[in-house]
Amino acid sequence: MPSVFAIYRWELRKLRAQKRTYLGLGAAAVIPLIFVGAVVTQGGEPRDVVFGRYIHDTGLAIPLVLLLFGSIWMFPLITALVAGDIVAAEDRHDTLKAILTRSAERHQIFAAKALAAGSYAVAAIAITGVVALVAGILASGFNPITSLSGTEVSAPHGLALVGASLLVYLLPILAIASIAVLLSTALRNSGAAIVGTLMFSLLLQLIDILPGLSGLHPYLLSTQFNAWQGFLRTPVDWAPIVRAAWVCALYAVPALIAAGLIFLRRDVASE
Amino acid sequence: MPEGPASGGAPPIEVRGLTKRYGEIVAVDGVDLTIDAGDVFGYLGPNGAGKTTSLRMMLGLIRPTAGLVRLFGRDPQVSVAALEGVAGFVEAPSFYPYFSGRRNLELFAALDGPAVGSAARIDDVLETVGLLGRAKDKVRGYSHGMRQRLGIAAALLRSPRLLILDEPTTGLDPAGMRDMRELVRGLAARGITVLLSSHLLVEVDELCNRVAIVRSGSIAYEGSLAELRQTAGLSYRIRTTDDARAREILSRQPSVRALDAGQSGGLSFKAADERSVGELSLGLAEAGIAVLELSPRQATLEELFFRLTEGGASPEPDAAEPAEAVAA
Repeated sequence: MPSVFAIYRWELRKLRAQKRTYLGLGAAAVIPLIFVGAVVTQGGEPRDVVFGRYIHDTGLAIPLVLLLFGSIWMFPLITALVAGDIVAAEDRHDTLKAILTRSAERHQIFAAKALAAGSYAVAAIAITGVVALVAGILASGFNPITSLSGTEVSAPHGLALVGASLLVYLLPILAIASIAVLLSTALRNSGAAIVGTLMFSLLLQLIDILPGLSGLHPYLLSTQFNAWQGFLRTPVDWAPIVRAAWVCALYAVPALIAAGLIFLRRDVASE
Repeated sequence: MPEGPASGGAPPIEVRGLTKRYGEIVAVDGVDLTIDAGDVFGYLGPNGAGKTTSLRMMLGLIRPTAGLVRLFGRDPQVSVAALEGVAGFVEAPSFYPYFSGRRNLELFAALDGPAVGSAARIDDVLETVGLLGRAKDKVRGYSHGMRQRLGIAAALLRSPRLLILDEPTTGLDPAGMRDMRELVRGLAARGITVLLSSHLLVEVDELCNRVAIVRSGSIAYEGSLAELRQTAGLSYRIRTTDDARAREILSRQPSVRALDAGQSGGLSFKAADERSVGELSLGLAEAGIAVLELSPRQATLEELFFRLTEGGASPEPDAAEPAEAVAA
């Protein structure tokens, strides 16, 4: 019997051989470049966005502004592009019957697929973070950044906080990836899974702005996209970060369990 | 029925009461089958008879509504470990189009795990199916025949003791069909048990020592083709100088059954034995009727197949050769 790691490596090879992977990761790299290009050529700054006013002062502000901007649809879309296809692609190519009649158990294949979808999401955020940082530092310099508490944070410390912010940002992204995996498994159609994930994400954003539902805000996935801001306070505010960890798990774990059960129990018949 | 590890004496395939329902539709209805080691077993039936659904259940891809499947004594619904020593494909073999043929086989070898040793056989199986020269090309550029052969290669990687093949010659040109049958014949000669699903009578007749004929999801016949032919008995065709009078005389004979007009002239009938046929010819001669032709004729497989799958609607046994394809 093969190991889950061996199957996972092949799932990554499959992703490396598909155009959609490069489309998603390419967007994760190009969008920060476009943003930095606009910052350099256009002047001005998005003052109504947190850290927007600092984008000309320090390159460290660039990835943080992108995290805010990207949470509405960009990162959910980039994530769903691959996670929503991870199981549905097997239905599209009719390859489930081929891989399920070898020596790997279904739960191993599902675990490898979920891990590969998660790895891709991590890669997308890492690429955006690194490109935004490098381009931002080249454009605006490696300078201290002012925290949300109004205190100045040195550039090296600020860099560490940006890194930590990216890590916390991964929590809701991985929850989105889990929901995309569920839709990919349940719907067996990659387009429907991608659109469904995006709709889910946008629906949560809508609930977020509806009056009278403020009690729900702390438990919405969309709220967790802002949890990283806890790192940019002095001292660090751990409350939103801890909440993001368990709230995102509340979305991700049931979605993955449901997807796994569907995958384990489904009939692999011709459509 | 043994559970757990593969039992040495257990047959490659044992199926009991296998049933699959989709709502009101019964796709497979109480199938019982035993395929012994060394068999080349034909699973024969028209399209839509439930052959592929049965095969998918045997490979653990579909959960039966009722009944059980054992492969070498193990249940494929419990663990994929039941597929140890088993390989094959259902419907057309499928591959990742963005990978080369070799890359696809490497992936399958990885899924077989190191214990099966598939990775070391990749070149051998590519050579066996004649794809070594095209192994680096992406599968999306392969013809249907090449995909079928790559499907066989993917199965052979597992060094199987039981090979399950679902209509492996479908869509192939005559040369491709011949090559595929040669390949299957060669594999069977190496002692591999083969379950071959097909709707092609000639193919099954050529390759298989035993058959099951499926009709509307259930088994209409199981046994050897020779036994199937024997059950049908011999019929005779007779042509005389006066068929009308000959018919009157024959109809009075107690040993004559199923007397009918032949499609291309003459008469056809069944007789109890050859001696009574001889007596008939003498009787006709005494009545002044010369016998121009009197020939025995075995029912064709096609006729038998139609009788079994269409409820006895057999064509007049005058056709010289059975048609190859019996169902569209």
